[in-house]
Amino acid sequence: MDFSFKHKRISGILTILPKKAVKFEDEMTNYSFSPAKCMKLKLAMGYNEHRIAEPGQCSSDFCKFGLQYLFDNNLLNKDEIDALLFVSQSADYYMPPTSNLIHGHFGLKQDCLCLDINQGCAGFELGLIQAFLLLEQPAVKKVILMNADVLSPKVSDQDRNSKPLIGDAAAITIVEKGEEENPIYANIKMDGTGAMVLNIPAGGFRMPSTPETAVMEQDAAGNFRSKNNLVMQGDDVFNFVQREVPPMIEHLYVQSGVDRNEVDWYMFHQPNKFMLHKLADKLGIPHEKMPANIVENFGNASGVTVPTCISYNLGDQLVNGKMRLCMAGFGVGLTWSSIMMEMGSLQFNKIIEF
Amino acid sequence: MKDQIIRILTELRPEFDFTQEGMNFIEEGMLDSFDIVNLVNDLDSTFGISIDGVDILPENFATVDSIEQLLKKNGAK
Repeated sequence: MDFSFKHKRISGILTILPKKAVKFEDEMTNYSFSPAKCMKLKLAMGYNEHRIAEPGQCSSDFCKFGLQYLFDNNLLNKDEIDALLFVSQSADYYMPPTSNLIHGHFGLKQDCLCLDINQGCAGFELGLIQAFLLLEQPAVKKVILMNADVLSPKVSDQDRNSKPLIGDAAAITIVEKGEEENPIYANIKMDGTGAMVLNIPAGGFRMPSTPETAVMEQDAAGNFRSKNNLVMQGDDVFNFVQREVPPMIEHLYVQSGVDRNEVDWYMFHQPNKFMLHKLADKLGIPHEKMPANIVENFGNASGVTVPTCISYNLGDQLVNGKMRLCMAGFGVGLTWSSIMMEMGSLQFNKIIEF
Repeated sequence: MKDQIIRILTELRPEFDFTQEGMNFIEEGMLDSFDIVNLVNDLDSTFGISIDGVDILPENFATVDSIEQLLKKNGAK
């Protein structure tokens, strides 16, 4: 499904990372691999260290910390917020919505739309599309997009498929109406037949958490996890990404009329270095135009990886200049989405720690 | 090409004999998914190619012959 928008802009990106950094080497004794094989895995995938939230810290805490930072530094005015989007797979409660909790925490105005969206690796793109759609309304002038996930407590320490790469983080993106035309092209696709390729079996209404669901079991590859833990069928995810993402980007070139060489940066979701390099090779994009350094330095925090990649790799370059970005997310759902747009003259684009 | 493939496989998993006829490396548990990742990296650098991501399927790494076919398909000479 294709979308196009005009007169919309991103005016700021703030990424909020946990202070706690955990090294791959400190965890590899948990995995059923020899030390030598673990080190090969580290090199191939680009694992190094990842940021992990402290016990008790929720996704909403990172969002609240970031919003408070923006209010304190006069980068955002509470009264300007017309919509608050919370895109996450780690809500505080089944009910109420986490966006409403954040709304209440800050005493935001009543004329404000709060919306929780359950989405993972394509959550930045899906959230932006939703923000752009809302901004078509005369009453909506500024949307606050919060991508946040604290999923590390749901990943087994003995799961080498997921543990080395998981990261916790949040990002706050300010999306607003703009005077310049600034054409934006986006597309999104879904395939629910693959929905369980990435899942947490227990803890919802379908399979409530019980002492039985907490029992650790070994899979065929030697990983140990319980039904309360996140499970990723890595091979299926890899094949899905390699099959679906290149045609999506090729379609985006046609849709936008932008040649691949006219794109300054390819800011893609960050599952691991190997997967990103394969995508870049397939699309004929130089590796240096598609940064693959977020898992290595911070871990994969689902829909937060793209804004983290933008903040970490571009920083003030997007405050002082303008660039054409091609962004893409792909994963749980299965969902894959991409956006082509120019971004620049941001009020802020940085990383802070909580 | 076959000799180079066997050398790379042996460096990756020295505990196995990859010269035996009729072995399926995947079914026999000689290569797991992370071995395949490392194998692809080694094959890419040795033969100066980039194996297409859609071809990174277990069946393409099951035998020396299937790996050779995969390499040729992806431009190795």
